[in-house]
Amino acid sequence: MLKLELRPQASPIWSVASPLLALAITVVLGSLLFIALGKDPVRGLQMFFWEPVKSNYALGELMVKATPLLLIALGLAVCFRSNVWNIGAEGQFVLGAICAGGVALMADKESSRWIVLGILLAGIAGGMAWAGITAFLRDRFNANEILVSLMLVYVAVQLLVWLVFGPWKDPGGYNFPQSKTFDAITQVPRLMKGSRVSIGLLIALAGAAALWIFLFRTRAGFAQQVGGLAPAAARYAGFSSRKALWVALLVSGGAAGLAGALEVAGPVGQLTPYIPVGYGFAAIIVAFVGRLHPVGMVFSAILMSMFYIGGELAQSRMGLPKSITGLFQGLLLFALLACDTLMVYRVRWGKAADAGRKAVA
Amino acid sequence: METYALLLASTLNAGTVLAIAALGLLINEKAGIVNLGAEGMMLCAALAGFVAVVHTGSDLAGFAAGAAAGAVLALIFGVLVIWLNTNQYATGLALSLFGAGFSAFVGVGYVQEKLPERPRFSIPALGDVPLLGPALFQHHPVVYLTIALVAGLVWFLYRSRAGLVLRSVGESPESAHALGYRVRRIRLAAVVTGGALCGLSGAYLSVIYTPLWVEGMVAGKGWIALALTTFATWRPARVLLGAYLFGGVTMLQFHFQAVGIEVASEFLNMLPYLATIVVLALISRNPAWIRLNMPASLGKPFYPGS
Amino acid sequence: MTDLNKRSMLKVAALTAVAAAALVGCGKKEAAAPAAAPAASAAKPEPLKIAFAYVGPVGDGGWTFAHDNARKAVEKEFGDKVATSFVEKVAESADAERNFRELVSQGNKLIFGTTFGYMEPMLKVAADHKDVKFEHATGFKQAENMRTYDSRTYEGAYMAGVIAGKMTKTNVLGVVGSIPIPEVVRNINSFTLGAQSVNPKIKTKVVWVGEWFNIPKEGEAATALINGGADVLMQNTDSSAVLQTAEKMGKRAFGWDSDMSSYGPKAHLGSAIINWAPYYIKTTRDALEGKWTGNSGIWWGVKEGAIDMVSVAADVPEDTKKRIEEIKAGLKDGSFSIWKGPIVGQDGKTVLAKDTVADDKFMSGIMFYVKGVEGKVPSGKK
Repeated sequence: MLKLELRPQASPIWSVASPLLALAITVVLGSLLFIALGKDPVRGLQMFFWEPVKSNYALGELMVKATPLLLIALGLAVCFRSNVWNIGAEGQFVLGAICAGGVALMADKESSRWIVLGILLAGIAGGMAWAGITAFLRDRFNANEILVSLMLVYVAVQLLVWLVFGPWKDPGGYNFPQSKTFDAITQVPRLMKGSRVSIGLLIALAGAAALWIFLFRTRAGFAQQVGGLAPAAARYAGFSSRKALWVALLVSGGAAGLAGALEVAGPVGQLTPYIPVGYGFAAIIVAFVGRLHPVGMVFSAILMSMFYIGGELAQSRMGLPKSITGLFQGLLLFALLACDTLMVYRVRWGKAADAGRKAVA
Repeated sequence: METYALLLASTLNAGTVLAIAALGLLINEKAGIVNLGAEGMMLCAALAGFVAVVHTGSDLAGFAAGAAAGAVLALIFGVLVIWLNTNQYATGLALSLFGAGFSAFVGVGYVQEKLPERPRFSIPALGDVPLLGPALFQHHPVVYLTIALVAGLVWFLYRSRAGLVLRSVGESPESAHALGYRVRRIRLAAVVTGGALCGLSGAYLSVIYTPLWVEGMVAGKGWIALALTTFATWRPARVLLGAYLFGGVTMLQFHFQAVGIEVASEFLNMLPYLATIVVLALISRNPAWIRLNMPASLGKPFYPGS
Repeated sequence: MTDLNKRSMLKVAALTAVAAAALVGCGKKEAAAPAAAPAASAAKPEPLKIAFAYVGPVGDGGWTFAHDNARKAVEKEFGDKVATSFVEKVAESADAERNFRELVSQGNKLIFGTTFGYMEPMLKVAADHKDVKFEHATGFKQAENMRTYDSRTYEGAYMAGVIAGKMTKTNVLGVVGSIPIPEVVRNINSFTLGAQSVNPKIKTKVVWVGEWFNIPKEGEAATALINGGADVLMQNTDSSAVLQTAEKMGKRAFGWDSDMSSYGPKAHLGSAIINWAPYYIKTTRDALEGKWTGNSGIWWGVKEGAIDMVSVAADVPEDTKKRIEEIKAGLKDGSFSIWKGPIVGQDGKTVLAKDTVADDKFMSGIMFYVKGVEGKVPSGKK
């Protein structure tokens, strides 16, 4: 009989090996899937792992996809590390897009370039406000933040739909549900010509660096994590778990809102009902696969983007169904969660005594 | 008046889909497990049910296949979450994503398929009563089974020993473990049963409600079912009423349009979710009320021997 | 979740990179091979590569299915002079642009975008690739290398109305609408006008789903209409859910965009289909013969073979079937116009004077209901 024994502390080797093993499992299962569909598995894997990085344009598109994922994941990491489970990042993303769009719609010929700053700040504010609702309900009413934030996602989407079907509909757009195309001046500055990569990428990378410093080098960051994970110990040490709750939700809301603003004032350029594409949920996977560590999340954001783009390419070049992307993403997360067990538990054959009684080998 | 009778009938139908899934999730949550993968399970089950009917012509086979699909996925989820103690929310989310992708993937070949003619039902004598007949007595058997299911669940949870054990596992797994109950097995049984019910709901959707298969056809009903369980404060009878309410919102919207009443449909669509938030806030603010309503160990992992 | 130090994360990164490179290294040779093959057959000229971008799944049995059927017709017509491919479920979001650029990079020289929402992305990509020709369905922006095309779906709606007016027993008709844009409102009106031409007593009720494609919602909308007394339904949505619901509830309905008769054999009255093949074949021929020009748009109907009413049910009376054929003939030779005055709005005021034939400009701005339709156009003008 296989028995699982809780390790006295998490194994550092498996901490590193687990995501790799999960990726390997996903690749193997993916290849089997390709073969089962009668497609060349190597070519299939190429679509996912080589094509998205092989040219400057491809890399640029990869970054366009990875930027919102990374930004949201950074915010989520603050949350999850504080034991606050913000599942509603998608709703905060939408609110950020709405507020940013609102500011962008006010732009006209007279506006200066600084409106871009206004747009981004509006996005952050929108996301923070939306997350703030969840924080308030948890703080004041002890309402479960998972369910509240999830419900608010749907409310946010309906709000967006109402705006583009109603008050913000483009009067010159033949009654199609979309806002006016934003004036060119509102475009988030691009990093280089010929690519859609914007300064959002720099913001995301700077965010990763800032998060690293906050989490591992500041007292506030330490207090944040303790405040969430062990409220009793935190109280004893004088850290506020209430503060941790608000900081966690406001930061992640702001990050998601910023991502929304960058999407809307960047590649999309207007408000449509199709703004919510699931980045808020995909970012949860990015956060987990990246171990809630800033550097890890940079890599996992890139990996997830490769899945997205690879899925599109697999469809258009190999005739594979588009759903392969979601399949791979789900598989990766499953595999990671399973492999993480090896980090926390030791696998033993034969009967094992309770963890407390056996002397540690 | 006839219109209202028919509106009631369609509301009952729409609510049934949500109710079955929500009852499955309720069983999960009574044991302390939150399964965010409802949408994925329902999608795979919808496909399984549809495929079964296409190949065998039997609706019963379809329901069985759907329930089986839901149970299998729930089993994977259960093993990961209960034995390997993986994070419940992340695992549930993974299940949702995977289920959506997998069903779309495998179902590609069935998109153009049609089912044999769908049967019509009417309870003899009762079904012919004017107004009430079409409203209440001409439904598919599953609609009535759902009501029976609720009654059965109420009996099981609150009047049977097994139900008491299940609830105590959900309230305090440590105590139940100390008393000698196999907490993890009980939880797994709850998860698998809940998964089977979610699967049944998915199969009902693709075999009876809109007899088609297209990827993503569950269109968010799994998430609504999750909200519903909370909105109903984890009581089976309230789940049923809430399901009819939530199911009714869409039908009501369309009904208003059909009779010419101007209504902002987006705000009507928001209602179920806002209502759930309000209920959550209300029941959570008083610690005593939370204890009364929400299973105490909901979402928390259990380590035997710790 | 434990803390990791930078060194271990760098190790992870390095290992991942090495693994990826190893995987891909064995694959790169494959990439070279397919490119070599076409060069070998140097005798025949290179086939024209044509690509289609669809917003929905090919299996929707409606809108996208119709486009794909036309694509197959192009293949059949031109054989090895063309090589077609498609991508489906391309969302009308930021991803669309990337998809079009990808199609361009695959060497496609003629690219079709089959939904309104692709307009902006296609314009951007067209501007960067002047050697590629772009065809945009149902849009209104054009460029030197981009033109638009659309079909007169209102003609199909009118013919459906004629049948509906004859077949209804309750004199209440229902339409499941998608999004309240002029095209759809025009279809609702044309349906009503057609029905009124054989049965002045009818009323039309409308329910809006708010999307082009949502199976459960389309079914629920159809149910609401039937509950409200409608016994013949028409739709402007992309799936067969409305027809299936009618079948389930013992009412009649029409297929839309494609022949849906097999989805509801008892309920089906006829399908108002769009046949994109004549246009796709013409535009391919233009491209092959170097006659393709941008900055233009066409709007084809029954006359050009783009619209038709097919699979009319056996129990429709003979005189109605004859009337349908007369309408088709009249549309083909120009002797019959659907939007010809006097046409009256809901408030009783004349919107089109007696004997005036509406021009295309009038038609593209229709955001009012004609008399006989109940309700108000959502956020439309009077």
